[in-house]
Amino acid sequence: MSKAKEVLLNPIFNDNPIALQILGICSALAVTGNLYITLIMCVALTTVVTLSNLSVSLIRNHIPTNIRIIVQISIIATLVMLVDEVLQAFDYESSKTLSVFVGLIVTNCIVMGRAEAFAMKNGPLMSAIDGFGNGLGYSVILIVIAIIREFVGAGTFYGIEIMPLTTNGGWYLANNFFLTPASSFFIIGFTIWALRQWKTEQIEESEFKISKNSLEGEKGAA
Amino acid sequence: MNNNDTISKTLIVAVSLCLVCSALISFSAVELRDLQEANKTLDKQSKILSAAGLLDEDTDVKELFQSIEARIVNLETGEFDSEISLTEYEESAFSRNPATSIELTSDNDIALLKRRENFQTVYLHYDVDSLNAVILPVRGYGLWGTMKGYLALEPDLKTIIGLEFFDHKETPGLGGEIDNPKWKSIWKGKEVYSDSGDILISVIKGSVDKSSTLAKYQVDGLSGATITSNGVTNLLSFWLGDMGYGPLIDRLKQNEVKDV
Repeated sequence: MSKAKEVLLNPIFNDNPIALQILGICSALAVTGNLYITLIMCVALTTVVTLSNLSVSLIRNHIPTNIRIIVQISIIATLVMLVDEVLQAFDYESSKTLSVFVGLIVTNCIVMGRAEAFAMKNGPLMSAIDGFGNGLGYSVILIVIAIIREFVGAGTFYGIEIMPLTTNGGWYLANNFFLTPASSFFIIGFTIWALRQWKTEQIEESEFKISKNSLEGEKGAA
Repeated sequence: MNNNDTISKTLIVAVSLCLVCSALISFSAVELRDLQEANKTLDKQSKILSAAGLLDEDTDVKELFQSIEARIVNLETGEFDSEISLTEYEESAFSRNPATSIELTSDNDIALLKRRENFQTVYLHYDVDSLNAVILPVRGYGLWGTMKGYLALEPDLKTIIGLEFFDHKETPGLGGEIDNPKWKSIWKGKEVYSDSGDILISVIKGSVDKSSTLAKYQVDGLSGATITSNGVTNLLSFWLGDMGYGPLIDRLKQNEVKDV
């Protein structure tokens, strides 16, 4: 695999920012109640992380070490504000629900993490690809969560009714728990489990090992 | 490369970065402002039309809105006020300014607003020359925050055409069901005032008993959202009462709304 392809595709399953690095969980909880909103958020984050990686990488040789975090944050914050402005101008409906969370992309660990860990050390093109790849990795997990939450919580897929709700005269009693952000914890947990069953090399070594029952040991000796 | 850390280089990088970033943001804010403002107006207009049941998928919102006349009303007297222009009126600014608002006391602040502006914009819809609908902005506290919406009344000023919320923070699936088209549709035809003029409209707990004499004043509650349901009742009672549009409604009924 060429280097670029590796940088682009690795974050999707092999080194997923949410599932393996456990970063950016906050927005994965907050914006996944509805698939359309999630897609907008994914596009916004992918744009920000790609462009921030690109810009940080372009000026990486001129960033003074002692203010580098501030420089990165300023670049990210600027991009986030731009994305928010564009969203308000072109998709007002979703900007009403998303504005707060788009603003919070600034604090999303993935964006900052990629700027500091990758863009500070690599060229602009590679950095942009890395940002885009990580944006995709984030999007994949968010879309999975959103599909599950929207389906179980509201009986719809992308706003199209699949299971008619009792409140609309159908048969499906919506599971309101899935509309609350806390349900994402469970879905993220199961997603990580599923991913690690598939890619077993991602299973972390346990920090503690339970020792053998000492009584049983004695019995064996006796 | 190591000379990046000198004070002068640090300052130069910091200042130029700030300049570039602020220039970018200012540029986009100025360039996109017109589009954003247009979106906001369009959103507001479509909610007003929707409350009055005039929204039509095929027709342009702007075109439909032409039949609606916006007026500033003085809530104290119930008279229309032409001294304040529609463009300079802004609800949030007016309700904060002590000169253009009053403080509500605990016994009359049923919608938990704290302050009430003395002026409001109301919308009148005319069909040819006769009044067809009166659309009143209403707001009040729900469970998590203020719910803002429009209440549309028939020309008899007691029958509801529709109630539409455009801004709220209620829980999706529970209180958020105030946006449910099915729930909104049961408001149509409900009456707000009794024959003696008392405000009877309320969102009750559970379903409305159709045989009850009060059925025409009652709306089914949202299950699992008692506080939101009560909030809706409270905000309607407030805005339809003497502290809200009561004086305006009295004047409209007697057909004696004067321009000042």
